[in-house]
Amino acid sequence: MSYNNISEVITVNMGPQHPSTHGVLRLVVDLDGETIVNVEPDVGYLHRGTEKLAENRTYHQCIPLTDRLDYLSPLSNNLAYCLAVEKFFDVKIPERADYLRVILAELARVASHLVWIATHALDIGAMTVFLYAFREREEILDLFEIGTGQRMTSSWIRIGGIRADMPEEFFVRAKDFVERFDKNVDTYENLLTNNRIWKMRTIGIGHLSAEDVQDYGTSGPLMRGSGVDFDLRRDEPYCCYDKFQWEIPVQPEGDTYARYKVRMKELREANKIVGQALETLPAGPVMTDDPRVALPAHEDVYERMEALIRRFYIVSKGFKAPKGETYQGIEAPKGELGFYIVSEGEERPYRMKVRAPSYVNLGALNHMAKGHMLADLVAIIGTNDVVLGEIDR
Amino acid sequence: MVLAIVFTLIKILIIIVCTLTGVAYMTYAERKVIGHMQVRLGPVHTGPKGLLQPLADGLKLMAKEDMTPDMVDKPVFYVAPFLGMVPGLAAFAVIPFSENIYVANINVGLLYVLALSSVGVYGIIMSGWASNSKYATMGSLRSSAQVISYETAMGLSILGPVLLAGSLNLKEITEAQRGLWFMVPQFVAFVIYSISAVAETNRAPFDLPEAETELVAGFHVEYSSMRFAMFFLGEYANMYVVASMCAVLFLGGYTGPLLPPIVWFLIKMLAFMFFFLWLRATLPRLRFDQLMNLGWKILIPIALANLLITSIVVYAIRN
Repeated sequence: MSYNNISEVITVNMGPQHPSTHGVLRLVVDLDGETIVNVEPDVGYLHRGTEKLAENRTYHQCIPLTDRLDYLSPLSNNLAYCLAVEKFFDVKIPERADYLRVILAELARVASHLVWIATHALDIGAMTVFLYAFREREEILDLFEIGTGQRMTSSWIRIGGIRADMPEEFFVRAKDFVERFDKNVDTYENLLTNNRIWKMRTIGIGHLSAEDVQDYGTSGPLMRGSGVDFDLRRDEPYCCYDKFQWEIPVQPEGDTYARYKVRMKELREANKIVGQALETLPAGPVMTDDPRVALPAHEDVYERMEALIRRFYIVSKGFKAPKGETYQGIEAPKGELGFYIVSEGEERPYRMKVRAPSYVNLGALNHMAKGHMLADLVAIIGTNDVVLGEIDR
Repeated sequence: MVLAIVFTLIKILIIIVCTLTGVAYMTYAERKVIGHMQVRLGPVHTGPKGLLQPLADGLKLMAKEDMTPDMVDKPVFYVAPFLGMVPGLAAFAVIPFSENIYVANINVGLLYVLALSSVGVYGIIMSGWASNSKYATMGSLRSSAQVISYETAMGLSILGPVLLAGSLNLKEITEAQRGLWFMVPQFVAFVIYSISAVAETNRAPFDLPEAETELVAGFHVEYSSMRFAMFFLGEYANMYVVASMCAVLFLGGYTGPLLPPIVWFLIKMLAFMFFFLWLRATLPRLRFDQLMNLGWKILIPIALANLLITSIVVYAIRN
């Protein structure tokens, strides 16, 4: 494509208040007619200084901060952070806690992908999918409320396990949901997958080749949609994912439609994992008894002076992590979510760096959007599945 | 003479009042129908089953501050909403709601409707130009290009029924369908007309000029209060016009057994209106270049071929 007359390029400001930039993303778009010459994302409108705040908090107090990163799947963030801290101590997590973590993280993935399909379809103009997907997301949020007491910022996964076991109602309703969910995905696919207009709007749009994926460091569906078969759940296992049977969807095309198919498949696979975990859930405690990170049990606190002191100490001052550094990445709904924590041997992290998948994926936006039309830009933002809470941190 | 003029004025008044009420309740129907398609309820709080919602909306729009941005081209900015709304209402003058309910029975009624729908484009262009805003300009450019190109396809598809009826008078076209609706012999034209009618009125899946996820609101982004409402009324009035035209040209207008003619006409028109809502709840939006491709490369050639074949057949039968 050639731009002979550069003076015809107009600069349009898209956002930070724009219905389809998914939050407060601002894009400075250079347009030649309707063709995109250049897109420059301008981030920072939701900056809260999460990483800096973490430096003044004990390890436990950082968990609520992570909720607010990718606020569509707070439990994945909790999980990544807790796994990173647990690496300092090499804590042994009880099996039941591991299973419940997987259940919560996969339900969070389903919820996050539901918001993605809802807003992506809405951006392209298919309004009805939006409401259908939100109906199912509502059920998951209800499940979270039953299980963790909060719909979104739950802070339920703790260092050494999870906060407490779930009530019986959670398991009953979760099983019911898992059984029905595949049919709901069929409904969305019915409206979109073979829809001619949907295909016209997504096939060949926002292309990323396998090389581009490596160059830009995109992860998650933006990588698997380009034919790179990589998933941290399988390739660098954490929790107990190796105990379940599931597939990793990969599409070689690298366009918006391929990523759509990958995510739709992921919805089904995540649901499958939840189903298996619910079936094979072992009994037992949900919090480790490792005295370095866990609070002493209530019975002990009432009976024994040492336990009382230990509990008081952990709650008021926190626990000290050994000197060193650790990194843990997990396969969050949007890609590789990593926490890099440097400890100077104190109760609080010396430095906490969040490798936010949305932020890295957004870096490929200009490459994906160049040469397409303005209308495709919203499709490309949608397929990028960005969350501004994570980008700006 | 005087009596005739007064009589006509009363008829105009009645039709305008009915149209505006119809337009208001179309917004209600849209919210209810799409609401139920999307497993929600639509308006329920204003009056029984939310029936007073259009009234509340109208009052709200009237009570809003009418803002004029500083940098706009004022005279054009003020005229544009009228140009958006009036053609839509004026087109109702020639539509035969039944054998004797119409304002004017002119012998080129069809031409008159087509001409008015073209005038409506001026409202869109002028509003976009006068707003002096990038989003509005892009919205109006898209819209005018779209309306003009789809008018061609629409005009060509309309010629089929015209050839069969041998008249441009809407009443005569209706009467010519006493035996067989033109939808049957002119099925291709009917499909083309339906598609271009949706595009012509800027409705989903061709609602690019006001694609809210891309252009926020399109050409009326700078308008507020009643001026905004006028564009809205114009859009819905246009929907009624193309729906009535479809009823007249392809579905036999007011003809039909048992029920009174006006009821038949309303049933056919509202069925087509329902089709608009149904589309909006189901389909994603096309991209601008795809829309143009569909118009110029697919619809117009097919419409031309249809016209050619119809002409040959009509010529062969008449001679």
